[in-house]
Amino acid sequence: MTAPVLSVRGLEVAFATAQGQARAVAGISFDLAPGERLGLVGESGSGKTTTALALLRLIRPPGRIEAGAVLLQGQDVLAAGEAALRRLRGARIALVPQGAMNALNPVLDIATQFEDLFDAHAEPRGRVARQARIAALLRSVGLAPDVMARFPHELSGGMRQRVCIALAIALRPAVIVADEPTSALDVVVQKQVLATLARVQREIGAALVIVGHDMGLMGSFAHRIAVVYAGRIVEEGPVAEVFARPRHPYTRALIESLPRFGPRGVFKGLPGMAPSLLAPPPGCPFHPRCAVAMPVCAIEAPAETPLGGRHRVRCHLAAEEAAHAA
Amino acid sequence: MMRAILRERLLVAGLALLLLLALAGVMAPWLVDTSLAEIGSARPRRPPGGAHLLGTDTQGRDVLAALLLALPQTLRIGLMAGLIGLGLGCALGLLAGWFRGIPDAVIRTLADVAMTIPAIAVLVLIAVNVRSMTVELMAITVAGLAWMVPARAVRAQVLSLRERPWVDIARLNGIGPLRLILTEILPNLVPYLAASFAAAVSGAMLATVGLEALGLGPQNELTLGMMFYWAQYGGAVLRGMWWWWVPPVVALALIFLALLAISAGLDRLANARLRVAP
Amino acid sequence: MPLELRDAEVAFGGGLLGRRRNLALAGVSLALDPGPAETLAIVGESGSGKTTLTRLLLGLLRPTSGRVLWRGRDLHALRGQDLAEYRRGVQAIFQDPFGAFNPVYRVDRMLILPARRFGLAANEEEARALAEQALGAVGLRAAETLGRYPHQLSGGQRQRLMVARAMMLRPRVIVADEPVSMVDASLRATILGALHLLRQGGGVSLVYVTHDLTTAWQLADRVMVMRHGRVVEQGDVEQVIGRPAHPYTRALLDAVPPAMPDPDWLDREDAA
Repeated sequence: MTAPVLSVRGLEVAFATAQGQARAVAGISFDLAPGERLGLVGESGSGKTTTALALLRLIRPPGRIEAGAVLLQGQDVLAAGEAALRRLRGARIALVPQGAMNALNPVLDIATQFEDLFDAHAEPRGRVARQARIAALLRSVGLAPDVMARFPHELSGGMRQRVCIALAIALRPAVIVADEPTSALDVVVQKQVLATLARVQREIGAALVIVGHDMGLMGSFAHRIAVVYAGRIVEEGPVAEVFARPRHPYTRALIESLPRFGPRGVFKGLPGMAPSLLAPPPGCPFHPRCAVAMPVCAIEAPAETPLGGRHRVRCHLAAEEAAHAA
Repeated sequence: MMRAILRERLLVAGLALLLLLALAGVMAPWLVDTSLAEIGSARPRRPPGGAHLLGTDTQGRDVLAALLLALPQTLRIGLMAGLIGLGLGCALGLLAGWFRGIPDAVIRTLADVAMTIPAIAVLVLIAVNVRSMTVELMAITVAGLAWMVPARAVRAQVLSLRERPWVDIARLNGIGPLRLILTEILPNLVPYLAASFAAAVSGAMLATVGLEALGLGPQNELTLGMMFYWAQYGGAVLRGMWWWWVPPVVALALIFLALLAISAGLDRLANARLRVAP
Repeated sequence: MPLELRDAEVAFGGGLLGRRRNLALAGVSLALDPGPAETLAIVGESGSGKTTLTRLLLGLLRPTSGRVLWRGRDLHALRGQDLAEYRRGVQAIFQDPFGAFNPVYRVDRMLILPARRFGLAANEEEARALAEQALGAVGLRAAETLGRYPHQLSGGQRQRLMVARAMMLRPRVIVADEPVSMVDASLRATILGALHLLRQGGGVSLVYVTHDLTTAWQLADRVMVMRHGRVVEQGDVEQVIGRPAHPYTRALLDAVPPAMPDPDWLDREDAA
């Protein structure tokens, strides 16, 4: 495999709350190959959004990045100085934030929002060059160039989302991080926006980390999927492989709870509640809700088990099964 | 609730100061000889010192005694005018905002028209035509011209609040309009009312002081504004008798400071409890 | 016929010469089965008029023309006891969990007030017990939920509280507008399952408004597809979703990601 464009190792983020420290991210590691789309799937409070923000070092107090390294084309984002960080953000790694539709400044027209970005990175220079670039960017996300004269409130949700994508790719970053880019959109618009995102990502040759909670959507959008639970990656692998042969009980439950067109009146939910990040259960954080938990699961946190074909899982049972199969 | 209030230091400080000033006024008879506030009760034009801590004025009043008697009066006017003005404005705003249609059109037009009339002109007109002005009359006059802004502000908030989903849910619970207004809308107006109350009170006090300084105040009562008036009348500045007008100024400044602190503190308190949205 | 709409139309605006009239809903008719409870799904995107429809059914909005009927009588002509019966018989689950709670009160009120008002509980203790039971059905722990203010709970928790409220009241009809949009995947199935059970065992009809076709398929008996304020297709769920006739319905179906990963799905567009 070629060198990964993004390499995360042992990322840990904690939030200081009135009741103590909440471990939002408890040791996440993954690689991202150039041009690849990685989906981080998990539920509310799983730590996926915190992970995404940490990639750009956008964690603010009371949150704190406690440990880990984020190597972007070899350079550690977490260890970079302020000036270097400003140069990185936007130009080498960009963010399409959650609620991107509300991330646009309501009193500035679209062109000015691009200008801000260009000013911060001092390129391109000159009015003509900038106008041309903005027009090209808008066209690449499927919007007419005259959109640049409009204000955010004059655009629909889908259009605003596309503007945010255009802003993210403006300086041709190597990595795009998209945090739930379609969660507030209608299903038809959702598909259109994702198609746009995939297209522009391919065009500029960037890699994409997309955070979401919709397994079904991720399945047909991402190349690889990483399932996040209680701040850890519990299963990761190529999308077809993970869906066909999910090894972690949580992944299986998520896939099974997906509503399908098939026999009707079937509702397979997952019992129990998401673990408290302040006092996570000992051992494997999923064991209280796991139908196949073993005694060791309550004592020891499982280590990572490689399953071949870039598929790995963090589960005692899966590790045992893999050892038997070997 | 009490704990939350006590945690707001600004609020506590403001309330304490106001309470102190009010107490000083109420306790006047025990602190000084109040008869010294009468005209001709002491040797006139004495500078501060000795028997008269703040000196005496041209008419032989002990300034300290006068100050302590004037404080509660001014506070009374401000509180009354503030309460009446705000209360009236709130009620009208609620009616206009909730029922809309004709009541809204009438109230809105009335308020808009009244707002354009310079208040001072009206106040002067009324004051001039009244035989003998009293504290109560002053309060009502000032209040009569202070209801418009609260009415408009409350109306705007009610218009927005009535569209909130929680009002719909209350309707689904089978609750009728009057109870809806009282239990769902009014509690959400408390932050505005609390913050505006302090502004209303200080606004009312300023208006009355202004009128009194012009000589249109209650001639037979002692208020801070009347002290100004008498000081002016007696040429205090020309004569260098600073102890005549400085104490009332300081007292007024302290009152406004207290009101400001209360307002800011209440605002913070209300906002902390009313955090909405994701 | 518990709840019915006849040729309902809702127009906003009007302008000076009635030129700028905006039709949120145009000539929509629907009727809930008078017999056994049923689930009717109303599918459409934002701007389709589905939220306006729910407000009509809940008596929160008057149609500019057409009628809303409860038990065969015009809803807006009801008074006193009849109106109270309607309020008891029709309840809602709103899409927006943020606005549904009055910020000055604790969330308990959301459950306890209606329990007392509709006579489900004679006093505070009974109401509290009912509330705790309802919370359990939606996966909320009473100790972590009751006694809190709305801003102290997450969007998903608030939405579940609303569902708990509707389930606790057991009305004749529940009008649910995207009841699980803010809830995580694993819990979604549980809550929808509970609503399904209400229909089966409790005789509660459900008007399920959503843009998610797969859950509509799972939950509903009949489907109505809406677009720009009009009904474009309606009928039995097997027919509308299984064999869609209208191009818009097909477009909606096409936008649903397939159950198993299909890398060509994004680029493929159904001829709409």
